Amino acid sequence: EDISSSSNGPKAEPMLLDHDPDDLFAEATEEVSLDSPERQMILSDGPSPAITPVTINPRADVFDRSPDQDEDEEENRDTFDIQISVSDPEKVGDGMNAYMAYKVTTKTSLSIFSRDEVCVKRRFSDFLGLHSKLASKYMHIGYIVPPAPEKSIVGQRLGRRSSAVTELDPDAKACLCCRYLLRTVKQPALLKDPDVLQFLESSELPRAVSTQALSGAGILRMVNKAADAVNKMTIKMNESDAWFEEKQQQFENLDVQLRKLHASVESLVFHRKELSVNTASFAKSAAMLGNSEDHTALSRALSQLAEVEEKIDQLHQDQACADFYLISELLGDYVRLITAVKGVFDQRMKTWAKCQDAQVMLQRKREAEAKLQHANKPDKLQQAKDEIREWEGKVQQGERDFEQISKNIRREVGRFEKDRVKDFRVVIIKYLESLVHTQQQLIKYWEAFLPEAKAIA
Amino acid sequence: MMSNLDINFFFEDFRLNAYILNVDLQTDATLQVDISDALSERDKVKFTVHTKSTLPNFKQNEFSVVRQHEEFIWLHDSFVENEEYAGYIIPPSPPRPDFDASREKLQKLGEGEGSMTKEEFTKMKQELEAEYLAIFKKTVAMHEVFLCRVAAHPVLRKDLNFHVFLEYNQDLSVRGKNKKEKLEDFFKNVVKSADGVLVAGVKDVDDFFEHEKTFLLEYHNRVKDSSAKSDRMIRSHKSAADDINRIASTLYTLGTQDSTDLCKFFLKVSELFEKTRKIEARVAADEDLKLADLLKYYLRESQAAKDLLYRRGRALVDYENANKALDKARAKNKDVLQAETTQQVCCQKFEKISESAKQELIDFKTRRVAAFRKNLVELAELELKHAKGNLQLLQSCLGVLKGDT
Repeated sequence: EDISSSSNGPKAEPMLLDHDPDDLFAEATEEVSLDSPERQMILSDGPSPAITPVTINPRADVFDRSPDQDEDEEENRDTFDIQISVSDPEKVGDGMNAYMAYKVTTKTSLSIFSRDEVCVKRRFSDFLGLHSKLASKYMHIGYIVPPAPEKSIVGQRLGRRSSAVTELDPDAKACLCCRYLLRTVKQPALLKDPDVLQFLESSELPRAVSTQALSGAGILRMVNKAADAVNKMTIKMNESDAWFEEKQQQFENLDVQLRKLHASVESLVFHRKELSVNTASFAKSAAMLGNSEDHTALSRALSQLAEVEEKIDQLHQDQACADFYLISELLGDYVRLITAVKGVFDQRMKTWAKCQDAQVMLQRKREAEAKLQHANKPDKLQQAKDEIREWEGKVQQGERDFEQISKNIRREVGRFEKDRVKDFRVVIIKYLESLVHTQQQLIKYWEAFLPEAKAIA
Repeated sequence: MMSNLDINFFFEDFRLNAYILNVDLQTDATLQVDISDALSERDKVKFTVHTKSTLPNFKQNEFSVVRQHEEFIWLHDSFVENEEYAGYIIPPSPPRPDFDASREKLQKLGEGEGSMTKEEFTKMKQELEAEYLAIFKKTVAMHEVFLCRVAAHPVLRKDLNFHVFLEYNQDLSVRGKNKKEKLEDFFKNVVKSADGVLVAGVKDVDDFFEHEKTFLLEYHNRVKDSSAKSDRMIRSHKSAADDINRIASTLYTLGTQDSTDLCKFFLKVSELFEKTRKIEARVAADEDLKLADLLKYYLRESQAAKDLLYRRGRALVDYENANKALDKARAKNKDVLQAETTQQVCCQKFEKISESAKQELIDFKTRRVAAFRKNLVELAELELKHAKGNLQLLQSCLGVLKGDT
């Protein structure tokens, strides 16, 4: 088995530009959609060889697991002790070379880390770089690698035909990166990956230049994406396992609904923000009206109404934030995650196709050998026999790979679904609690106003 | 497709609303007017005006006629043009029934029928119908308020045109104004505004009226602003409620499709949002009724009060001019008798207007304060009721969801 350790992402030529106009390329032609960019990269011919993770702690190897060991792993995950926060976005440098740096703080008691608490500075492209490395190592064997954080989001505003691209503000980006890291470390295999550890711990990180949109790698990605689309149409897999077919359909449906939901929630956020603005404007107007009213008690009541509306506008603003940071972002994450899941299923298809191709090749070699047998050319015959052996080996490997990826995917999907249930539950409950809070505040405000209104004589 | 909406009017909501805008109305047995029924046709609305009266002027004690919007306008304009009523605040005419926006939405819905599921279509249709109904109720309320105000006014209720309006069971043949008349109206308004500025410039000797002038000018502008801003606020509220509706639908679909435990979760939350968004829509509707409509009405009333002040100002200017003319005539000793008569007429007119105007403006203030009080109290009570309802739904759902883990 040919395993060469490579932690340099996909085989891309380093960019010859000597600056990384990270933020300038916000409007780059990289497809800015909820499809994560890793799919096209991974589905290029021949994946980079994966690293068998160097285990630092004595736990069993991630790959060859018995079902018992799997369960152990699940339990251990619940006593998972690691906290990550991404904060303090600050601008570094100026002009063309300026970029946003974030502080990444890791607090943990896990032994694989060298210290209890680590603080490092990372820039956005570092996150993308980490993702591309992980994706190249793990996706083709069926691991669901959390998708890279997006620089901007595509939102479909109600009523507008084209989707609006909104650049995320630094705080929202920080949240996004944080969630990305948390999801990554939740995966036991990825947590132990040296690239992840290096990302969290080392003060200096080699710059990831292949993440730029118009870099050689970026263009390669775009080309591969097109090739991939064609490929998908031509690979007709004989699905022997109903589980995979069923799951794929489920994820397809989930994808559609989540996108729809995401669009509606974004619209809600928009309208709530608008409501907040309009309420504030009305509050001011009501205050003015109260001022000009010459009946004293009514004047006072109108001023009180203005104050109530001002408080309510703040309430709407806070609620819109909750709408966004809790629900909208969760949905966005999951739409991207499902793309990653679909990618993994596609990987399995590719592996199957490879296996099939190997079998076809083997068949041909056998036929060639048979021909040569009759033609009586001893030297070529030997070569043919060697080739047959080679391809028999490849077929076996292909079948092993296919089995492995299928097994991995089953486990990964199970884990994914478990996480999904937990995530949605937790977030939705939190969201409902925020709604409860809003209503309680509303009650408080209107209860205070009512006697004022009644006092108008 | 919506063509004829025949709606019988015994809905409490709109009844109360009309009442609220005229809190000081005593239910006077001598003359009671209401709109008992209304029919919305493609391009017009037909109101059934129902009268109960013990007055001898009418042939019967109880009768009904059918009237359209233009006839209300005719009646209002006849009051405005009547010199006898110069000293009164003429109740503002009701706004024209405007279903265009709603009809357009229904049309669009009909066109998009193929692109949505049957449930979605039915849901949206119901909502649009409810919206149409709400607008309809409002326009009926506005027309009824106008008639009630006239019926309650000690002088206007005796007006002959009013009685004809109430009783004559044929078409009044009051066609809408043609282009020429509309143009004339336009010029009249331009002249009136220019004149109004001149008249407003004349400082009034009487403190009361001077104060009222300043007050009304500022108040009117501010009410206009508040009315517009409240409309915008309520529109955003409605949009947000619509979004929640869509979210509820999608959650429902998710709930039916999901293979994990989340399916029950989604269904429960979807159900919750369905209910809360109905409440949110009610909140927006109530705000519209208690706040936006109140402001809109007082926008029109304050304009009518301003018009009264203008008429008085005009009469004052005429009176002062007549005085000057009289002095001149006396000086020249020419046409003195004529000048004296003119001066006397102007003086009487001015004093008559001033006297009734003072009372009218005092009544306006009383009405305004009472109406605001009633509406603000009810607004606060409704907001509380809805917030408490919402809270209860949210908390009970949370209880179930948390318990399920």
